[in-house]
Amino acid sequence: MVAALIKAEGLTRIYEMRRGLFGKVTPVRAVDDLSLKVLPGETLGVVGESGSGKSTLGRMLLGIDPAESGTVTFEDKPMPAFGTAEWRALRVRMQLVYQDPLAALDRRLTIATQIREPLDIHNLLTKDERDARVQALMAAVGLRPDQADRYPHELSGGQRQRAVIARALASRPRLIVCDEPVSALDVSIQAQVVNMLRDLQDEFQIAMVFISHDLKVVRNIADRVVVMYLGRIVEEASSDVIFASPRHPYTQALVSSVPVPGQPLKGRMILQGEPPNPASRPSGCAFHPRCPLATDICRTTVPMLRTVGLQRAAACHLVEGANAPIAA
Amino acid sequence: MVRFVFARLLRALITILAVVTFAFVVLRMSGDPAQVMLGPDVPQDAVDAFRNAWGLDQPLWIQYLAYIKSIFTGDFGVSMRDKASALQLVLERVPATLQLTIPALLLKLMIGVPAGVYAALHRQSAIDRGVILLAILGFTLPSFVLGLLLVLVFSVILGVLPSGGQDTWVHGLLPTITMSIGGIGILARFSRSAMIEVMGQPYIRTASAKGLKWSNVVWNHALPNAAVPIITIVGFMVGSLIAGAVVVESIFSWPGIGRLLVVSVSNRDLAVVQCILLMIAATMVLSNLMVDLFYGWLDPRLRHQTAH
Amino acid sequence: MSQELVELRDLKVAFDGIQVLHGIDLTVGRGEALGLVGESGCGKSVTWLAALGLLPGKATISGSVCIEGHELCGAPRQALETVRGGRIAMIFQDPSSSLNPVIGIGQQITEALTLHRDLRGETARAEALRLLDMVGIPDAPRRFNLFPHEFSGGQCQRLMIAMALAGEPDLLIADEPTTALDATIQAQILDLLIQLRAETGMATVFISHDLGAVSQVCERVCVMYAGRIVEQGSITQLFSNPQHPYTRGLFDAIPRLDGPRTRLVPIPGTVPNPKHLTAGCAFAPRCAHAAAPCDFHRPQLDMLEDGRRLACFNPVLSAGTAPVRQKLVEGV
Repeated sequence: MVAALIKAEGLTRIYEMRRGLFGKVTPVRAVDDLSLKVLPGETLGVVGESGSGKSTLGRMLLGIDPAESGTVTFEDKPMPAFGTAEWRALRVRMQLVYQDPLAALDRRLTIATQIREPLDIHNLLTKDERDARVQALMAAVGLRPDQADRYPHELSGGQRQRAVIARALASRPRLIVCDEPVSALDVSIQAQVVNMLRDLQDEFQIAMVFISHDLKVVRNIADRVVVMYLGRIVEEASSDVIFASPRHPYTQALVSSVPVPGQPLKGRMILQGEPPNPASRPSGCAFHPRCPLATDICRTTVPMLRTVGLQRAAACHLVEGANAPIAA
Repeated sequence: MVRFVFARLLRALITILAVVTFAFVVLRMSGDPAQVMLGPDVPQDAVDAFRNAWGLDQPLWIQYLAYIKSIFTGDFGVSMRDKASALQLVLERVPATLQLTIPALLLKLMIGVPAGVYAALHRQSAIDRGVILLAILGFTLPSFVLGLLLVLVFSVILGVLPSGGQDTWVHGLLPTITMSIGGIGILARFSRSAMIEVMGQPYIRTASAKGLKWSNVVWNHALPNAAVPIITIVGFMVGSLIAGAVVVESIFSWPGIGRLLVVSVSNRDLAVVQCILLMIAATMVLSNLMVDLFYGWLDPRLRHQTAH
Repeated sequence: MSQELVELRDLKVAFDGIQVLHGIDLTVGRGEALGLVGESGCGKSVTWLAALGLLPGKATISGSVCIEGHELCGAPRQALETVRGGRIAMIFQDPSSSLNPVIGIGQQITEALTLHRDLRGETARAEALRLLDMVGIPDAPRRFNLFPHEFSGGQCQRLMIAMALAGEPDLLIADEPTTALDATIQAQILDLLIQLRAETGMATVFISHDLGAVSQVCERVCVMYAGRIVEQGSITQLFSNPQHPYTRGLFDAIPRLDGPRTRLVPIPGTVPNPKHLTAGCAFAPRCAHAAAPCDFHRPQLDMLEDGRRLACFNPVLSAGTAPVRQKLVEGV
């Protein structure tokens, strides 16, 4: 078996939240005892609603957010502390791309300068090689050579996201974490960027953690998918099967909520209630207040993530063994 | 709520204490009151007697402790010059200063805010450009230049307004105007940018889409939101009601706190200077406190702030 | 034929001399649900903001906007103000920032009730509570005086809808109402919009770049590109047989949740800058079907035999639509 590129074990992130100006400080578990691994060259999709802790997880995998407990192991070595020289050196091998490219780019620097930046910072390659690498990267992400001297505000949203991705790839990382990289883009442009990411990944054999609330995009790009709810993984499987035959009631609800063009909104399972609030976590299975199938045990006992079939796992009391369907 | 107010009060107290301490030390390090009060040609034993009488021969920290102790008992010391209670001397001058600063503040509010709001609502118009220009002029012109300019025009050339003194309300006109011009400029610029920012928000579009009258959109939906940043500036202005008139009072020989401060500093009249500084610090701190409470009243988000 | 509810004729909008809408002709029937799709920057929102006079002062508007025969374009401000919220209500993309942060939500709703239905005091409060209940805000009496930031994004959109319903409008313009929301909440809001239309009989214009969402809510769809309508027809016509290459491109770009995981089919390039439009079809530079005339002549929006309208010299022929048809069959 191939060794994992990055491995997280028992990750927990608690931050403090004050309710109101005079309120008490309550601890909030954004990520709760979460374990996962990503193989070299693999794409792991992370889906969930807002408040599910998926962005926090992404930042923890890169060592940006500290873990209260648990470990992250990258290339068999523990993640160094945020801000240390070792951590900074590691940035060559792992990069972050997030939703808003305009915020990620410096508006006073040209695109080419910014794509080059990681090479300059980490002192990689010779001067000429850097220029060549920048040109190659721009071509790879589909930016024209004449756009090298443009400033971020002179580009469209899709082009900016391409520039951000080119910068992330400049140092030839082994892992990139993409947090909602295409959510702000139109469908037509979204498809351009998703295709590009897939091509680049094939070409450079980069592992990717792709965080998104858009199931359709995640299914298209990811090899394996984890579904998160209130800081925990509730289901994990290959992307071919997880959306085709979701086992956890939450995954079923997510799948059902995706509108299909040409089909009216009938007979769909619409999940009632609000997205979960990590500050007031329900007892037992955190999903039980919104779950149409919840029983007594769901209200009292937290379900563990168990294997429920070939390379798939679910955290639900009602999902039995490999082939047992859940109660309809 | 109680905890919040208590914390704020404690912070206010610490700020005031810091100001008092700073003033105490600096005043004593920067010149000998005995020399200044008694003049250069006094025999040494007269100087010693003076120092002994005012406790200036004690080590600095003993003087300091004694001073702090007396403050807490409400005793702000005695003027070395007039032998009168420093507090009383200062309080006597407060009305005169407020006679200038309060009308000036009202002028700033009544002209600055509407001008800024009007300019924001008529962006790029001739009036907008005029307001910007005048505002920049207003707050870049130092008050001593402006004051002298006004005196030159209205007292010397036209001869319609007195150039100094405090005899009638007419005497107050020039100093009040001098004092308010800068603030009007600042408030106009601030109100304009605050209002422009707010008018671009989605909820203003919602209010219009709802069918509200334009005036209603501006008054009920835009202004309460724009008020939050404006209040910050107004808070500063309220805080300087006592201290803001030093230059103008000197130009127009207005017998207020500012003048007293200038005279007392040059005389090294320690108790009076300290008392004034304490009062200035207290008004600043108090107006800051008021601004904070006002914020909460204006913006419910600050009331229920969620912090990480 | 009965008179239409709202009729736009040759609506044109320019910002600082740059034309962004090039003559929109559009009708909305009573109780109808019309979808308006296209990428951002195609003029979907501008059309309706212009119709209601909600664009900033630097916009120049020409053409005609009629509601039941009454002309709105160039009408005095008072006339527009009675229509806004009273006849035509509008909700927006970002619900949390579309509500005034310093005014209680109850007051924001009663304000509209007073304005359009002259309800005050307890009557207004009772009606506001009824509306809140209708849009699915639980525990409304206790939350009446809360502020927008105390509600989630999905609930804020429900509040916006309650506010829109307050004036009992004949038409609700929903401008990307679910784009900023989670998929599960998106489904709830779409469901609510469908249900409210069934209950109140108000017409709906649903502006979205999400063809999936549009097909849930609407009966008829207009596809807009670069400030013009390029194709218009019933949901079934457009979904089973899109003829404009742009419509087709929008469909093909959507990733699928079923079937094999194939490579996505994007539309190459981006929406043109309105400053640099050519004399030809605006979509030609991105179009796989473009031929010589497309670069120099602009196709007119013509009525076809099946009742749809299309502006294209080289439409996607039915024979070439096999993949889309197949998609529908698979989807059912």
